[in-house]
Amino acid sequence: MAEEQTPPPPPAASAGPAAAKPAAPAKPEAADASSHPWVESIRAVFPDAVLSAKEFARQVTVVVARERIADVARHLKHAEDFRYCVDVTAVDWRERQPRFDVVYHFYSFSKNDRIRVKCPVADGEEVPSIATVFLAANWSERETWDMFGIRFAGHPDLRRILTWEGFHGHPLRKDFPVEGIDTGAAIYPEEWPEGGGPAQDDPNRKVVS
Amino acid sequence: MNDEPISQAEKAAAIGTAERARSAGEAPTLFDVQEMELNFGPQHPSTHGVLRLVLKVDGEKILEAKPDIGYLHRGTEKLFETETYPMGIPHTDRMDYVAAATNNHAFCLTIEKLLGVEVPRRAQLIRVILDELQRLSSHLVWLGTSGLDLGAVTPFWYAFREREQILDFFEEYCGARLTLNCMRIGGLPFDLTPGWIERLLEFVDDVPARIDDYEQLLTDNRIWKNRTVGIGVISAEECVEYGLTGPILRGSGVEWDLRRAQPYECYEELDFAIPTRVNGDTYDRYIVRVQEMRQTVRIIRQCLDRLEEGEIRGKVARVIKPPAQEVYASIESPKGELGFYCVSNGTNRPYRMHCRPPSFINLQALPRLAKGHLVSDLVALIGTIDIVLGEVDR
Repeated sequence: MAEEQTPPPPPAASAGPAAAKPAAPAKPEAADASSHPWVESIRAVFPDAVLSAKEFARQVTVVVARERIADVARHLKHAEDFRYCVDVTAVDWRERQPRFDVVYHFYSFSKNDRIRVKCPVADGEEVPSIATVFLAANWSERETWDMFGIRFAGHPDLRRILTWEGFHGHPLRKDFPVEGIDTGAAIYPEEWPEGGGPAQDDPNRKVVS
Repeated sequence: MNDEPISQAEKAAAIGTAERARSAGEAPTLFDVQEMELNFGPQHPSTHGVLRLVLKVDGEKILEAKPDIGYLHRGTEKLFETETYPMGIPHTDRMDYVAAATNNHAFCLTIEKLLGVEVPRRAQLIRVILDELQRLSSHLVWLGTSGLDLGAVTPFWYAFREREQILDFFEEYCGARLTLNCMRIGGLPFDLTPGWIERLLEFVDDVPARIDDYEQLLTDNRIWKNRTVGIGVISAEECVEYGLTGPILRGSGVEWDLRRAQPYECYEELDFAIPTRVNGDTYDRYIVRVQEMRQTVRIIRQCLDRLEEGEIRGKVARVIKPPAQEVYASIESPKGELGFYCVSNGTNRPYRMHCRPPSFINLQALPRLAKGHLVSDLVALIGTIDIVLGEVDR
């Protein structure tokens, strides 16, 4: 995805030598993309689904309402030929309401381009799963559930994938400490009472239950 | 005894399950389905890492194969959030540790896209050379280990002999053999040492003959074909459905390679073919990877021809603070599409850095590929998907 940017003209007052460093290429700017053909296509079928759209570095991001995400994904697959679901993940915006953004990336072979679809989700809300529409999203949604605690309604097999069953907490949430928690994995608690996680006298020890 | 022929319906009713026979108080016959749960445990030489498969088998035939991953999960994405952008590069080495430079590359490319940094030409060419050397190295590991799993012990040694030479080049360049940390945001950390290019040219001239050797051992080998032809057949539509990329997709007939479809660095000007086969079985994926090794040699030679003097690092601020935007960038790693999704909040640490690993997504298809095959075919399938658990688990 090569950027075609002309560098800004050097200032007239500079009296540098002939081998001066070239001016830095202009940085990509974000622009509103509500009139983009793909966004229009979604809005034509689901008028209330699109909340906003943006384009940055030649990548289109569409923010969609949470309840309509499965419909929008299906529309993108069948009508706009975004047949390949690249990835499903989430971002935890801690203080913002709604707290999470579930992010989907789709790619179209015929258009040779990607689109990013986001839907804001509050803590505890469920997102309709697209795992039946895109088989590739199956494990990615499981990973998002495991790491963030966002449930996907209608997922065929929603269980933890990277952590083990019985693990407490969702690691990629911002309130989960990097140092780890006591996972209750103590094998011989009489001998080593500290169990899993940092030792009892470690000042960084935090317990999340 | 009755001499009349037994009808199909009677036969079907006669072949029951062992449980039914036992609950009816009879001994199970040889033909009854006897389901057994088998653990293809995380410690197993054929799983190429710590992969656990919970298998339901009927004798040798697999009824169901459920992967259980997470044994190598190290919380890389959480660590990205606690460190500055350049500090994240060594973490990416440890993901796909067999082809570490490609991980570094994808990471740097993502941040360069956020910043709008232009990588100078010399750095682009050297990055492509390092990437392609890693592709060669990764495919050699795949060839050696996958052959070893199926009983072909000989190619393993010779593939690793080539790999040792490649690792020597990397050791001379960046000091490390496996976890390279050989790319920086904006370019490269070091310039090439004197003589590196000449020695690489000599090495690259030898490689096609060595690949011929491997092909002579395996490609027309009756045993190899017996173990790989028709195993794990997947069609092009299913590959796209499952999001499979890399040699799996190309083995099923979709000629799609990110180096050609969405070229990065200087791939537009390089002339190389994209090997594609149509059957979508393990043998085809083997041929695709071997042909890719040959194309890699072409690419490296072209890059070495085009190398000129120049900068090795673009203009990047000392403290990297990208604008508060998000970006996704991906490259064609030896395993498939390797992408990074980065959300920045304007500070010098990423707010969210997510890796889209090809091995993780490709491994999803293993239950679909393994159904109906034998346990020994399962070993061939794990090899053909070519997973690296570091990438699967992060």
